[in-house]
Amino acid sequence: MSSDAALLEEIGQDYKYGFHDGEEKYVYKSSKGLTREIVETISKQKNEPAWMLERRLEALDIFNSKPMPEWGSDLSEIDFSDIHYFMKANEGVEKSWDDVPEYIKKTFDRLGIPEAERKFLAGVSAQYDSEVVYHSIREDLEKLGVIFLDMDSGLKEYPEIVQKYFGTIIPSADNKFAALNTAVWSGGSFIVVPAGVKVEIPLQAYFRINAQNMGQFERTLIIAQPGSSVHYIEGCTAPIYASDSLHSAVVELIAEEGSTIRYTTIQNWSNNVFNLVTKRAYAYKNATVEWIDGNLGSKITMKYPAVHLMEEGARGEVLSIAYAGKGQHQDAGAKMVHLAPNTASTVLSKSISRDGGRTSYRGLVKVAPDAHNVKVNVRCDALLLDDKSRSDTYPYMEIDNKDVQVGHEATVSKIGDEQLFYLMSRGLSENDAIAMIVNGFFEPFIKELPMEYAVELNRLIQLEMEGSIG
Amino acid sequence: MSETPLLVIKNLHASVDGKPILRGLDLTVNRGEIHALMGPNGSGKSTLSNVICGHPNYEISEGEIHFLGQNINEMEADERAKLGIFLAFQYPTSIPGVTLANFLLASVKAIRGADNVKLLAFRKELIAQMQELGINQDFAKRYVNEGFSGGEKKRCEILQMAMLKPSLAILDETDSGLDIDALRIVSDGVNRLTTPEMGVLVITHYQRLLNHIKPHKVHVLVHGRIVQSGGPEVALQLEEKGYDELLKAHGLEPAGV
Ligand SMILES: Nc1ncnc2c1ncn2[C@@H]1O[C@H](COP(=O)(O)OP(=O)(O)OP(=O)(O)O)[C@@H](O)[C@H]1O
Ligand SMILES: [Mg+2]
Repeated sequence: MSSDAALLEEIGQDYKYGFHDGEEKYVYKSSKGLTREIVETISKQKNEPAWMLERRLEALDIFNSKPMPEWGSDLSEIDFSDIHYFMKANEGVEKSWDDVPEYIKKTFDRLGIPEAERKFLAGVSAQYDSEVVYHSIREDLEKLGVIFLDMDSGLKEYPEIVQKYFGTIIPSADNKFAALNTAVWSGGSFIVVPAGVKVEIPLQAYFRINAQNMGQFERTLIIAQPGSSVHYIEGCTAPIYASDSLHSAVVELIAEEGSTIRYTTIQNWSNNVFNLVTKRAYAYKNATVEWIDGNLGSKITMKYPAVHLMEEGARGEVLSIAYAGKGQHQDAGAKMVHLAPNTASTVLSKSISRDGGRTSYRGLVKVAPDAHNVKVNVRCDALLLDDKSRSDTYPYMEIDNKDVQVGHEATVSKIGDEQLFYLMSRGLSENDAIAMIVNGFFEPFIKELPMEYAVELNRLIQLEMEGSIG
Repeated sequence: MSETPLLVIKNLHASVDGKPILRGLDLTVNRGEIHALMGPNGSGKSTLSNVICGHPNYEISEGEIHFLGQNINEMEADERAKLGIFLAFQYPTSIPGVTLANFLLASVKAIRGADNVKLLAFRKELIAQMQELGINQDFAKRYVNEGFSGGEKKRCEILQMAMLKPSLAILDETDSGLDIDALRIVSDGVNRLTTPEMGVLVITHYQRLLNHIKPHKVHVLVHGRIVQSGGPEVALQLEEKGYDELLKAHGLEPAGV
């Protein structure tokens, strides 16, 4: 059967929104399920070079041949045949606001998210009118020679850079979900910071929100050339309503000699979403990579940001928080792979479980035989807000060198009656008291966030503790 | 015609984990009065403070607590605080990650109503009160009680009292852990903050605090009941004789056995 015919058929099957004429404002939504044809369609729709299609197809085979991971969370509920792997939505496309769950709308209200943004976040409109804000920032970046594009445009405009690095940090064969992402990726960010350039303002996916960067299979690649530094922020505290229940992103970072990359994520997926993300960085000589990772929503999250310390003097840091409420499991952690001498890594993980929610810290520290004088510090703190909730720690260490300083500390505590009483005796309601304790517990994370994110996160915690949402 | 007393406690029985601690306690505190509560270790003084403030782990099995004429037995701790009841804790707990300033702002807003609190005025007031109590301004940015010395915690309790302006202040061994100068500063602070509309219940083991904060009445709590009440002389007698006689009179083992 010719694949063109199949393609037409598929488009027809789930033809919901119609084509708009003029200005190429067409809309395409693949039918559910994952087939070779769909992967070909995606590549074709994007006018990709042949090598990318090859990568995708190869990844599809790997995805199909790999079994589901047996460890971590229970993923048996994922129905791969019930997911749209590709949606291309242009402006003018409207999913109905009525389809958005009530609790999400309420949260937008309480967080004071502007109207235009709400619709975008809820997936109702594909565009958020931030061009004006973004425009001046873009000009500044251009002057510095910084490339900051969505991944699709990155591939169009800089195919040779993408080809050189794409999948080198996280190959398709790394895990089933990395393979899936490679097969169907769409959106994400592509950033190259030239040598010696220090980008002062954080680069926010937010500013170019219209560029499909918040797709569910986004692919991000950041390259910091020698001596440069960059801070990238993705996500926001408002819940992202996803009609399809799988988010599987791949993020690759390359920190060349003496550079610094900080990657901040705050994600609050709606609680039907399986959030399975592979994030890995290579840090070369004297480079620093920091993952600041906040996982608030979703049904199940499995995410273990990794830093491979490739050369001497490299530093890696993971600072993460997780919040699991009713029916949620946050299985998060960090991987630090020390491949060179005089490298250092720090992990601080803070998790809160409430109302039967479950958090796990799963971490791996690996020190290669010839990596001497390595410093590792891992700390994970879990706070349980009630007796129904649960937290576990799975710290794995593979240390093949004697000259290593390893610190590991794990604590699990219940929210204290005395703390609650102390705050309530000062007039705070029980919910406000809990929110204050939770905010305090997350403080080491919150203080690393830019002001507006910190404020939003505080408000979100307040809302969560009121139990009026979710 | 006397006005409604601030605090009236009648035949109070309270237990924790099913263990009876207070066994029929009566106490009345009027506006403008300073009461001292003394008594051996474990007699139930802190339990009484907790029960008055609504600690959820303590159960009232019998008796009543009235505040300004209202029965508050069933009231949550935060509602009682809003009525004007304040406890300076014997062992203040720490709240990691929450700065003293943010904590105080939230409490002051809760007590006075968020609309009545202007940020600038709040800051000025906080700084002024910190100065009065000899607390370094850096403490505003420190996490509540986290790593504070014993004396620093006690000063900060009085700072909270200064900011919350309660009508009933219970000071549970605020003098313990204070050095000699701090004792004077804190006592001066309490005296300064004590208005004629207020009632104060000072829990202490030592006369030296009562030299600074002069009580109108002194009560002795033994085994969950007030067994002796009188004027300031009661404290002086205790200082001299200790609790042995009182304990024996109530069929209890004297201390130091
Ligand atoms: N949460 C609790 N669980 C078990 N026993 C308790 C609890 N709280 C208080 N008690 C017991 O109640 C009794 C009274 O304690 P309380 O703290 O009220 O004494 P106190 O008069 O304040 O003593 P101190 O002078 O040493 O401060 C003690 O025997 C104490 O062990
Ligand atoms: Mg006590």
